[in-house]
Amino acid sequence: MKNTISARVADFLKNYPPFNEVATKELEHLSEEVGIIYKVKGEPIFAIDEEAHAFFYVVHKGAVVLTKEPNNEVVDLCDEGDIFGLRPLIANENYKIGAKAYEETILYAIPITEFKPIIKDYKEVGNFLIESFASNTRNPYSKSHRGKLYEGATAANENRVSDKELLDLQGVPYSKKLVTCSENTTIKTIASKMTEKKVGSVLVVKDKLPMGIITDKDLRNKIATGLFPITTRAKNIMSSPVITYPKKMTVTQAQMAMMKSNISHLCLTMDGTPNTEAVGIISKHDIMFELGNNPAVLLKAVKRSNGFKKLKAVRRRIMALLNGYLEQNIPLTLTSKIISELNDACIKQIIEIALEKMYAPPPVKFAWLAMGSQGRSEQLLHTDQDNALVFEDVPEEQLSEIRAYFLELARIVTKGLFNIGYEYCPAEMMASNPDWCSSLSEWKERTTHWIINPGPDQVLLSSIFFDYNLSYGDANLVNELSTHLFETTEQHPNFFLHLASGALQSPSPSGFFRSFLVEEDGEYKDFFDLKRRALMPLIDGARVLVLSHQVKSINNTAERFEKLAELEPNNQELFLACSYATKALLKFRTKHGLLHNDSGRFIALNKLTKEEKIKLKRSFKTIKDLQELLKIRFKVTNLLG
Amino acid sequence: MDFFKKRKQNYPDFWMEYEAQFEKKVDYTISEIRFVVFDTETTGFDYDTDRILSIGALSTKNNSIAVSDSFEVFLYQHFYHAKNIEIHGILQEEKQERVTELEALIQFLEYIGNSVLVAHHAGFDRNMVNHALNRHGMPDLKNKFLDTSVLYKRTLIKSPLLPVKPQYSLDELAEKFDISKKDRHTALGDAYITAIAFMKIVQKLKTKKNFSAKKLLK
Repeated sequence: MKNTISARVADFLKNYPPFNEVATKELEHLSEEVGIIYKVKGEPIFAIDEEAHAFFYVVHKGAVVLTKEPNNEVVDLCDEGDIFGLRPLIANENYKIGAKAYEETILYAIPITEFKPIIKDYKEVGNFLIESFASNTRNPYSKSHRGKLYEGATAANENRVSDKELLDLQGVPYSKKLVTCSENTTIKTIASKMTEKKVGSVLVVKDKLPMGIITDKDLRNKIATGLFPITTRAKNIMSSPVITYPKKMTVTQAQMAMMKSNISHLCLTMDGTPNTEAVGIISKHDIMFELGNNPAVLLKAVKRSNGFKKLKAVRRRIMALLNGYLEQNIPLTLTSKIISELNDACIKQIIEIALEKMYAPPPVKFAWLAMGSQGRSEQLLHTDQDNALVFEDVPEEQLSEIRAYFLELARIVTKGLFNIGYEYCPAEMMASNPDWCSSLSEWKERTTHWIINPGPDQVLLSSIFFDYNLSYGDANLVNELSTHLFETTEQHPNFFLHLASGALQSPSPSGFFRSFLVEEDGEYKDFFDLKRRALMPLIDGARVLVLSHQVKSINNTAERFEKLAELEPNNQELFLACSYATKALLKFRTKHGLLHNDSGRFIALNKLTKEEKIKLKRSFKTIKDLQELLKIRFKVTNLLG
Repeated sequence: MDFFKKRKQNYPDFWMEYEAQFEKKVDYTISEIRFVVFDTETTGFDYDTDRILSIGALSTKNNSIAVSDSFEVFLYQHFYHAKNIEIHGILQEEKQERVTELEALIQFLEYIGNSVLVAHHAGFDRNMVNHALNRHGMPDLKNKFLDTSVLYKRTLIKSPLLPVKPQYSLDELAEKFDISKKDRHTALGDAYITAIAFMKIVQKLKTKKNFSAKKLLK
């Protein structure tokens, strides 16, 4: 029975291969039998060796990650319109790869019995499926039709962009001139050879089969440290067995393989096992070069994105870059500067796109403010969006019309942010909420009210709002607001007392015996809340101290502590320790977030190494000292007692 | 007692069949429960004078919707308010296959069986259907009901900064959960939006402490 829903499914499918080849009538008929499945992030769709489903799948919304043994190596990431789980369609056997939801996802399940007649009637459909299945690439059309697609295009720029997008499908370039040695070659000879050939790794082979690999890192860790003499032989220090892959792999696959096994070189063999001849080596450097994952390239890519969807793809690459930085142990100050810069560029671009979508240009000047962690440039991973909008003062009679314009703009922007991965703020602190979209004098009035009547709600609001940072628009509006805030707080020093006591409200990170305190119930029972128990006290502390010193325009917590160390030489040691602890905790959070593809806020203690636990506990001591200082300075005990 | 028995026997067969399904014990395994998410489009908001124009429904079980198991009927209209046509876009002349109110109810009861019914602002749709049933001499629906507008409120964080509104429209939910508003204001289109929102809401509620299907259905 054809109905609104089946028509809706058909309407979606017809835009994507191979369904675009199918006549409307048949597609509509097929759509009547489709299943619509909702999957939570991380939920499996099918596992390796699971019995074949009676369906194959199309991603309608969200993304799905495909993995393969060993080690759950990532094979592919499927986006909207991509098909996967084709094995039951082609071979009557169990799944060889696993699939799970990478984000919250909605899938269309296409019943195979209903689909088979279509394959018979449409040769192109069959070919597409076989090719997708065989190459594990998602869309061979774009590759084979590339010539045709871009023949008419004259703009060189456009071509370059499309090349970038094809990276996922491109075979990886590898150096075929292998630099090899035998198991008995001495390290000295090897090192000379590496220098001469300007390579970072040497493959140790025996009868052309790969036995092990020696990289720059091995020379540094095992020879330069004196662990082995320079005269030792290759077999003593090589990493073995070698992790091997077949030579037909895509750039993305190679990159993911490295990320997965935490290695910097992949050895390619004839059939992908260590039992056949080695044919090439791919290094991380090759991949990085190929991906162009450097900030400048990505920044360009952001600026060239003319739609939310393209921007989402770029953001994934920004995350890959972040991952690389953390792996290579690049200082967090630098990392967070670069990533924040890129995040900032994304937000700007989204606002640009949204402005184009609006029915008219902005009627008056406005500024888009990032609040909370984004405002402090501490947002490395995707977290919630907290933002606000301030616009120029306008005559009373125009106010509602002008606010309506900016609310609509904010609606598009917040939706765009949501699309590229920023969750909506659960407390609605977003510019699309009329409370957070106001004229300059309304903002002045509101903040004055917070400062003069500092109840718990007002303190909470201030602590979120006062870290604002200009993302887009007119800087003068923001400056004027900041000046107003400083003048008002100076007149009402009582406000700091409340802000400081707010900073002391965070629950303690450790118990009496220096044991970690974990959450007692809810979704994260027995997890350690890194944000609330460790980061918030530092962030809140820095804010109140910096405001009381009337320091303008430093929002980043670590930088605030550094500034404080400069302003108060007698507390220099404590503030520098705070700055260090902030950075260490942020890095910790980011690493865990990347590992689990979440915000990294909640940490499973049993997954931590001893070293990590000690590091965490060391920062708790600093937090306690900071809280003591706050108590004394702002005489908070009076208020509480 | 005799009086009730007599009356009961007066109900037509389709009602007796529908009613009989509620004698079974309820299974509270959430992945096993069939939810029927539905929406009615009506000529207006007055239960007595206004009539159902169409009913759209789909079923979800274990977070999955089978398109083939969806339900859509359009009813004959002998009177209608012009102002509603603007919203619903259902024109009397439009060539949709139409059924009588009684026929629509018979099909609907057969489709829902003893499933748990879900609707946005469910009270309205329930009353609309119940009034139609009563007009044909039958009692009210016997199914358990869930209202996505009520459930959604339970997912919101408790914060002094977030005033809870008394009402959340289906449009607001669609925005929040990033659901396309295509086919909005058709019964089945709205039922689809409600169904996706419902699955997402239940997922959110599951992460809260003390969640159980039994409590959900209380």
